[in-house]
Amino acid sequence: MSDAPVIPRPEPQYATAEQQAETASFGMWVFLATEVLFFGGMLLAYTWLRATYPDGVAEAGRHTKIVIGSVNTLVLLTSSFTMAWAVHAAEHGRRKALTRLLAVTAFLGLLFLGLKGYEYHKEWTEHLVPGLNFHEDSVHAQTIELFYFLYFLLTGIHGIHVTIGIGLIAVMAVRARRGAFNSHYYTPVEVTGLYWHFVDIVWIFLYPLIYLVGRSGP
Amino acid sequence: MTTATVTGKSDEPVVATKNYLTEEGVTLRSWLLTKDHKRIAILYTLSITFFFFVGGLAATLIRLNLVTPAGIFTPDIYNRLFTLHGIVMVWFFLIPSIPNTMGNFLIPLMIGAKDLAFPRLNLLSWYLYVGAGFLALFAILIGGVDTGWTFYTPFSSLYSNGYVVLALAAVFAVGFSSILTGLNFIVTTHRMRAPGMTWYRLPVFVWSNYATSVIMVLATPVLAITLMLVAVERLLRVGIFDPALGGDPLLFQHLFWFYSHPAVYIMILPGFGVISEIVPCFARKPLFGYKFVVWSSITIAIVGFFVWAHHMFVAGISLYAGLVFSLLSYVIAVPSAIKVFNWTATLHKGWISFDAPMLYALGFIGLFTIGGLTGLFVANLAFDVHVTDTYFVVAHFHYIMVGGMVSAYFGGLHYWWPKVTGRLYPEWWARIAALLIFFGFNLTFFPQFILGYLGMERRYYSYPPEFQVWNIFSSAGASVLAIGYALPFFYLGWSLFRGKRAGSNPWAATGLEWQTSSPPPAHNFDKTPTVTRPPYQYRPEPEPQDV
Repeated sequence: MSDAPVIPRPEPQYATAEQQAETASFGMWVFLATEVLFFGGMLLAYTWLRATYPDGVAEAGRHTKIVIGSVNTLVLLTSSFTMAWAVHAAEHGRRKALTRLLAVTAFLGLLFLGLKGYEYHKEWTEHLVPGLNFHEDSVHAQTIELFYFLYFLLTGIHGIHVTIGIGLIAVMAVRARRGAFNSHYYTPVEVTGLYWHFVDIVWIFLYPLIYLVGRSGP
Repeated sequence: MTTATVTGKSDEPVVATKNYLTEEGVTLRSWLLTKDHKRIAILYTLSITFFFFVGGLAATLIRLNLVTPAGIFTPDIYNRLFTLHGIVMVWFFLIPSIPNTMGNFLIPLMIGAKDLAFPRLNLLSWYLYVGAGFLALFAILIGGVDTGWTFYTPFSSLYSNGYVVLALAAVFAVGFSSILTGLNFIVTTHRMRAPGMTWYRLPVFVWSNYATSVIMVLATPVLAITLMLVAVERLLRVGIFDPALGGDPLLFQHLFWFYSHPAVYIMILPGFGVISEIVPCFARKPLFGYKFVVWSSITIAIVGFFVWAHHMFVAGISLYAGLVFSLLSYVIAVPSAIKVFNWTATLHKGWISFDAPMLYALGFIGLFTIGGLTGLFVANLAFDVHVTDTYFVVAHFHYIMVGGMVSAYFGGLHYWWPKVTGRLYPEWWARIAALLIFFGFNLTFFPQFILGYLGMERRYYSYPPEFQVWNIFSSAGASVLAIGYALPFFYLGWSLFRGKRAGSNPWAATGLEWQTSSPPPAHNFDKTPTVTRPPYQYRPEPEPQDV
């Protein structure tokens, strides 16, 4: 950036801008700790299901749409890369690069949601939505229904997190375009980045548990 | 602790000209949109007092019903009463009680900060609490819930005909209120301490709330997701807790107690903090074994996550799981006992004065000890099988939650009342109330140990006639207790207008919160204090400070 760095005054409770910046990112880390346990409860339920009905879960896993799931994994991991790049650009005060990288990240997030929506649609037409239109003739029908119950819950809550992330990133992109950030002040971008990486990490756990488990082994 | 800028004794009745109650205006809007941690603490105090009386009313009706063996209410109404009592008291009183009122008010003052790290989040937490509270009240008013506060499946998900989903939503929302508070306290304690305020110079109250916050942040999300699973199961008739659909009710109990056992430490740890402030002040001695008290809080917070299945000894867990959880439950008694020994050792050769806060603190130590020791009984596998779901368990946890936590709450309320309001409360009335609460409490709950041991089951609206005499004792005690709890409402209210002006430090206490004026200014300190000494530097004095 060519103009002189503008650092907003810290909120009244902080002594310095550095203290405010470090506090904000520490706050996000603590929040992510909460999030880990939030998903942890559902993953425990998943673990219980798989341990109790291994065959049913394997069969259910084979109903999942592995191509969409894999493409989505690629999309999300790429978005993590562009996000990390965006934080790097912010660190070096490259306003244009920051704006573009944030926009690309948000776009990849939207692409992920779009593909996920298409996947949900396919599952709806195949009568895989528990409680609403589930129908399955297998002997493991009950387990498959439970698997899909957890599937929709896990990916649904993950999807809500992705949506919130896209919103945050869009706000950051607009602020970056207006020149709100510079190499001395970019905490909001950094904190948003932390959150986005967390959302990606959750998916890294979900992808094998949902799409690969049923396809492993003989 | 004392700062470099010692203000000395300031007993002269000065009215602080600039204080948080008036500085930012006195309009309703200025209160409802405030970001000041002290004002938010007041908002919390008013709202939890309301819920305390709602939950108390239900308790009164329960005790009224149990005066006669046949009961007064129908079983259905009785179920709704004890569910209401449990939900309101656990989530709308006990969990937020000390952290959100005194913690909110005092943590920034005690560490020499201007506010919590995230003031807007703090206000949001209060709005979540109030919103959840209205939702819970709405569920109660349109018909109530009959599942008990534990929401056990498959009853809650399939058979109950109450407004379960509404109640679940209320608890879900209030959980986020406590997550936000916990997050704020953790970050504040790490990042907002005044110069020289090292970790080992923190008052134990701050340490206790820190330990509590860790539990809030790590356990509450599990409750949230569990209750959400129950709600979905109830709405869509599909879920993993329903045995008819291939699910497992035990899974629910594991998930529920993974939160709800640590939650009892959310409810008691802040009480430990309050007692650790009051006892040194009124014994005029430094807290004995400061580091042991501190680390026992942290130990409780950690080990507290690994004892949950002792609630499930008869639910069908394996014998080996039972053994391990029984052993771990014994282990957690050690840090709790360390605290009791440390408070007692602080009293030893102290210059003790029996002001109301100290009466509550002493009551706390005795009642918590009984509650803790009976906790060892129920940690024992064989004995627990005998008393599971009886009044023995009810008495045990009420000794901790009510005898312990509520005593600590009232003790802290009196101790910091002059700081919060700038007025002294009437000492004589306060002592009467403290004594009434102590004796009323014992009369209410000690007979329940006997009832439980004899085999009276909890949550039944009726009982065999031979249990009546103990139930009458218990209900009589409850009336004494009710008077004890109602009294402070009146004399504290009176003191707001007529109480003597308190100086900045009426108890001649150490601690940064006593170094600023009463009530404190909006930004707490005119100049950020610098801390040079450890906390609780009390000296025995030939003449105790008169108040």
